[in-house]
Amino acid sequence: MNEITIILAPIMNVLTNIGKYFMMLSIIFSRPEKWRIFRNRLMNEIELIGVKSLPISFIISLFMGGVIALQTAANMDNPLLPAYTVGYITRSSTILEFSPTILSLILAGKIGSNIASEIGTMRVTEQIDALETMGINSLTYLILPKIVAAILFFPIILIFSIGLSLVGGWISLVMSGLASTETYVLGIRSFYLDSDIVYALVKTIVFAFVIVTISSFYGYYTKGGALDVGRSSTQAVVTSSIVILICNFFLTQMILL
Amino acid sequence: MIEVVKVHKSFGEHQVLNDISTTFETGKVNMIIGQSGQGKSVLAKCIVGLHEVDQGCILYDGRNFSDLEGYERRDIRKEIGMLFQGSALFDSMSVEKNIMFPLSMLTNMTKKEMQMRADFCLERVNLSGKNKLLPAECSGGMQKRIAIARAISMKPKYLFCDEPNSGLDPKTSIVIDNLIREITYEYGITTVVITHDMNSVIEIGDNIVFIHEGKNWWHGDRKDIITTDNPEINSFVYASQFMKDIKASMQENLKSNIQNL
Repeated sequence: MNEITIILAPIMNVLTNIGKYFMMLSIIFSRPEKWRIFRNRLMNEIELIGVKSLPISFIISLFMGGVIALQTAANMDNPLLPAYTVGYITRSSTILEFSPTILSLILAGKIGSNIASEIGTMRVTEQIDALETMGINSLTYLILPKIVAAILFFPIILIFSIGLSLVGGWISLVMSGLASTETYVLGIRSFYLDSDIVYALVKTIVFAFVIVTISSFYGYYTKGGALDVGRSSTQAVVTSSIVILICNFFLTQMILL
Repeated sequence: MIEVVKVHKSFGEHQVLNDISTTFETGKVNMIIGQSGQGKSVLAKCIVGLHEVDQGCILYDGRNFSDLEGYERRDIRKEIGMLFQGSALFDSMSVEKNIMFPLSMLTNMTKKEMQMRADFCLERVNLSGKNKLLPAECSGGMQKRIAIARAISMKPKYLFCDEPNSGLDPKTSIVIDNLIREITYEYGITTVVITHDMNSVIEIGDNIVFIHEGKNWWHGDRKDIITTDNPEINSFVYASQFMKDIKASMQENLKSNIQNL
């Protein structure tokens, strides 16, 4: 009996957490107490979650594009393949996979740990209890502006990321002499589909939601002290990264195939 | 008046509160005392709704708080001010914004009105002119006073103070105690203080409830607590050798006074 309990305990724990997570979501999407305050908080969150993530996204995207282009060019030794394939593959892999998924995984580390530790610290220092005692819906007040900010700003980061990856690819190819500008641009423009961008945007919005809600969940239900805040922060990043990968798989199945 | 009626609360297998009933009177400093881990803070959190009771009910001036749904509790919660053990000030906001926060969230006051109220509350806790400081720039005693200012900003009918003197030196503790007492009498608030600081109990406790093993073990006022024969109370009040010596000398004095009569 004890062995069964030991085996079932982690499964029950996961199921309990999933239940708590969905119950949390149902409370978050309530009407904010004051729209003016919600607007102010939204602007702050856009700055914290969005604008402050731009520099790291720019750097990552630039180098990511450069590496994709170099790897593709270096591995293309079949003379039957046209030269512009490098640009085509760089564009496709950037739009379909690298910009939405890899960037979201990196932002899960940056934003996820930030959100979990911010809300976790508020929990252990009783600031959330203070909000609740005042009669304020702490979940809506703290988390809803973060969700809206991420959903609004992640697509903007994605568009910049795609553009900069393509620029990175171009710079690396031209500097290494593996392809000319004309060939690369021709590749980028070949077989372009608007639906690829829509697919990337849908993925990014889903990932933004996943990162913010899962990180907030771990932060909000932190128990204990400083050590537990750190633990929640780590759990938030690990869980949101795993969920992003699982969602990526199912979204690819649903949208592309 | 707050009535606690037959309240039970467990966490898993561990029963923390066991059939507690008591009354906290209006315009008095009501104290919940007891050793650490006996359920004082849990009782306070049950009363303000941060924990749900398993059985029993909490009545705020006859209104059954336990039966109300989350959004229906808001009206009562607006009448509650709470001072937390660690002050629980919002560290990203200035002192002034901390005090104005409940006003901006829960009232339709203009910015000027909120500013005036914040100034008044700060003046009341002797912190005029500290409006623009951040909580991190204030001492522990100042943080407690700012938390009191925030708690009274909404003109509460009920004030809860969870270990208001923890981490403070004796002199600052007395300042905080006196402030709590003055505010209680001045505004006719039902104040509930959770503490294990005997100085506070003797200084300001009008109505004292002693929680032991999750039960309402004893209740009385600050005179009763000195003279009671209850062994658990005595071992709590006279825990140190110093206090035991004081009690022995008091009893000797009492005996000699009786003999002289």
